[in-house]
Amino acid sequence: MQVSKLLDLYGREGLSPGHSACQGCGATIAVRQVLLAAEPPYIVVSPTGCLEVISTPYPYTAWRVPWVHVAFENAAAVASGIEAALRVLERKGLGRRHKIIVIGGDGGTFDIGLQAISGAFERGHDLLYVCYDNEAYMNTGIQRSAATPIGSVTTTTPAGKRERKKDIVSILVSHGSPYVATASPHLWKDLANKVRKAQSIEGPTFLHIVAPCPRGWYYDSSLTIKIAKLAVETRVFPIYEVENGKYRINYLISRPRPVEEYLRLQSRFAYLLRPENAALLEEFKRWVEERWNQLLKLAAAFPP
Amino acid sequence: MSRRPELLIPIVFEAGNTSLRKVANWRSNRPVIERRLCTNCLICWIYCPEPAIYMDNAGNVQIDYDHCKGCGICAEECPRKAIKMVMENV
Repeated sequence: MQVSKLLDLYGREGLSPGHSACQGCGATIAVRQVLLAAEPPYIVVSPTGCLEVISTPYPYTAWRVPWVHVAFENAAAVASGIEAALRVLERKGLGRRHKIIVIGGDGGTFDIGLQAISGAFERGHDLLYVCYDNEAYMNTGIQRSAATPIGSVTTTTPAGKRERKKDIVSILVSHGSPYVATASPHLWKDLANKVRKAQSIEGPTFLHIVAPCPRGWYYDSSLTIKIAKLAVETRVFPIYEVENGKYRINYLISRPRPVEEYLRLQSRFAYLLRPENAALLEEFKRWVEERWNQLLKLAAAFPP
Repeated sequence: MSRRPELLIPIVFEAGNTSLRKVANWRSNRPVIERRLCTNCLICWIYCPEPAIYMDNAGNVQIDYDHCKGCGICAEECPRKAIKMVMENV
């Protein structure tokens, strides 16, 4: 069923209030929206990361749904195991299939958990992998990850990162996944419908969600949604989906806002915006433009 | 919360029991809804990280001041600017 208004989602909360997320946490907004949209029954698997730390301060838990926490690298492997076990139980008439949702951060997805995800996607388990991308290891104190964009200051790249962000969506598309999509919490309807669509598709599906982090991106906590919106409208985080290898841009930005508008709000890019680092800023803009042009070409190759 | 003191191993007895924690003291500004402007559109609720916003039985949007951390997203995102951030009196 398509989500068309907020009342369709109201009262389906999977996360309780009172967890210890920072003020204005983007990851919790993203995770809340995923759980609101998800069709029960489902089991959530989380690798180590911000989400695990904030949702389970002993002796409390914020989860109202079945939840498994596993080590940083093997969330996808554990999810595969649960899926396979439930499949067998169903066949023997001893239980019923649950949908599996893995919710991991960018560290557990782009870097540490990549080989487990690769394995799960290659074996073709029926699961939905959600990555909330806050572009660094926020939980351990803002270290660089493969998802950190060019020029972003982290505690391990004090002069700004020099490398581009890893293109995780292309990696998972090339695994032959039936559905891979990106989403932003400010487009809640798009996000909710993508979760529903991914759940209805048999096989390994992936959802990449931008999750601004006030602590690690250094901005005022009230601007989380505004920054997610700017990331989309400046083409830094394009919203698109790939269904059976067919690219479709869901949110076509014909007149993008200047990238500086997005960068200026976040102090992590203060170094990038200095006049002596103009070359790095150019590289950032080139990265945004190249990715968008590549997407346009891919989307044009598959007319609707 | 039902907790058995004789058990020494860590067990959580209820799902979603963080709602028993009060995080109101994290807050320096409190959001206040101006009823005249509010249309109960729930935009603040979908963008709340907690969620510390709920609908009461009459269908009006209310703020749960025990769990609001005062981040200010609701005031920033309200389409009618019906939410104002007011300094807490301590």
